Amino acid sequence: MAAGVRPELFSQRRRPLWELLIDRGFHKVVVLLAAVVGLVLFGILLTVVGGSREAVLRFGLGFITNSDWDPLAEHYGAFTAIYGTLVSSLLALLIAVPLGVGTAVFLTENIIPLAVRQVLGVMVELLAAIPSVVLGLWGIFVMEPFLRPGLETLHRLLGWIPFFSTTPQGPGMAPAVLILVVMILPIITAISRDSLMQVPISLRQAAYGVGSTRWGAIVQVILPAALSGITGGVMLALGRAMGETMAVTMLIGNSNTFSLSLLAPANTISSMLANQFGEADGLQVSALMYAALVLMLLTLAVNLLAQLVVRRLSLKM
Amino acid sequence: MTSFTRGSLTLQPSLPRNRWNQLLTLVAGLFTALAVLPLIVVIAYVLFKGGSLITVRLLTELPPPPGLEGGGIGNAILGTLLVTLVASLIAVPVGVGSGVYLAEYAKGGAFSRFVRFGANVLAGVPSIICGVFVYGLIVSTRVFFGQSYSAMAGGIALAVLMLPTVIKTTDEALKLVPQELRWGAMGVGASRFITISRITLPAAFSPIATGVVLAIARAAGETAPLIFTALFSPFWPEGLFNPIASMSVLIYNFAIMPYDAQIALAWASSFVLVVMILAANLLARWLGRFNRP
Repeated sequence: MAAGVRPELFSQRRRPLWELLIDRGFHKVVVLLAAVVGLVLFGILLTVVGGSREAVLRFGLGFITNSDWDPLAEHYGAFTAIYGTLVSSLLALLIAVPLGVGTAVFLTENIIPLAVRQVLGVMVELLAAIPSVVLGLWGIFVMEPFLRPGLETLHRLLGWIPFFSTTPQGPGMAPAVLILVVMILPIITAISRDSLMQVPISLRQAAYGVGSTRWGAIVQVILPAALSGITGGVMLALGRAMGETMAVTMLIGNSNTFSLSLLAPANTISSMLANQFGEADGLQVSALMYAALVLMLLTLAVNLLAQLVVRRLSLKM
Repeated sequence: MTSFTRGSLTLQPSLPRNRWNQLLTLVAGLFTALAVLPLIVVIAYVLFKGGSLITVRLLTELPPPPGLEGGGIGNAILGTLLVTLVASLIAVPVGVGSGVYLAEYAKGGAFSRFVRFGANVLAGVPSIICGVFVYGLIVSTRVFFGQSYSAMAGGIALAVLMLPTVIKTTDEALKLVPQELRWGAMGVGASRFITISRITLPAAFSPIATGVVLAIARAAGETAPLIFTALFSPFWPEGLFNPIASMSVLIYNFAIMPYDAQIALAWASSFVLVVMILAANLLARWLGRFNRP
């Protein structure tokens, strides 16, 4: 026998049955748990599609273009809510994108010391953690009364434009849009900041090397390089804005009467759901489910587009 | 040949491009100030207005009937804790399990791609739709002992909301664990289960915990999935299969009431909720510091 080799140390150990079973069982359990996501998604789809069947059959596509929501006559059309959802989220985006991207640029450039920028970055992220119902409460009692004189002036000066044609009476589209801006700003800022930080430093150095000013470099080199990430973030924020419920419900006034004016009370799909779902029965539940289906398809489309955009536009290197 | 004038290589602030530079810097600074302002104002309002109302009575008593003074939010605090606990007990095992599958077992096949895609889609589903789903699944069918609205239904709705976050953080955290650790464990004869439960999961503990804490904090403040699943109750929690109060629904219900006592309770609830959520966020940041090797 060769010196030094002690076969008793290297004996083959048979795997006991229970160990094998645990190993295999764990694998199966984990696969089952992963399947839960799929089940939940199908469940959501089934619930909403199944629940809305009656309304879909009865109102068809006219549901989307009809603005007549009348529970007494059992006639439902969700145009006001769909219009409100689209207008409130797009307007909020219009205000929040420049603010958010500007903030992200300011927080990634070396204009002010790093420590201050980090603190500001954390603060913007904490803003995202504040529950939307708390923002709604603040909106009702602090923001809206504060804004009202401004909105009244707007109505006096620009009342001939249909968008400002009604006197502000408190809740309405304009306060809802502004609270949405506060809610989606952290998302846009955080994602833009991440994509700006991933722009290779050599691009910036090259821009400065050919004599560009700071903002020349930002506008013509750095922002285009970070475009895919920023666009993705903006689309995600749009999806969030369309589905946002509480703060908007508390500020928009929940009126089913259609009005072009941004100062008048309006409605969104989600605020309609929040308001009516608990007390609805019969055909109204079905109509609300139909509205929920529209909302789901809208947010799904926006989110898929976001993923596509990020893949399409990402910087090739 | 052109001759350079003296000073052409020094900064001339009056040049249009430099003026633009200063202007844009100023604008970006203003935007940042505008972005941070709401946080400061909201926090200040909630802390001062809500904080000044906090007393022991308020934290331990039931809300008063409309029109009466006094009372507290004790049942809502307990309710939020209970519903969030139910949600975590469902979402954390399922989410961590799915994450383990994606990171440790999946080989990039159709099923794993579907699960990843599903988690992404679920993350984008509006929270009110989660409420509608649970309403249709549990509340209207009365599956739990004939009860319609219940704390259990609310917890399940919040769990649906937490699930994608937990899956994604677990998946990403496990992918960051060095492959050598797995090889080492396998090399000394550990089974797949032992490798995962004793080596990889503990190595990824800190990022997973960070994600879980953030998901719980977000769920605790959610209102939309609760308003027609857990509903609200002016009484102390009566088990998991009855309607239950929660701070977020209390804020929503009381904010639109015309009584000062109720509005004061809404502010006090906001204070408790915001303090809890900010504390959870700070805890998550603290946990995140252990990520760095």
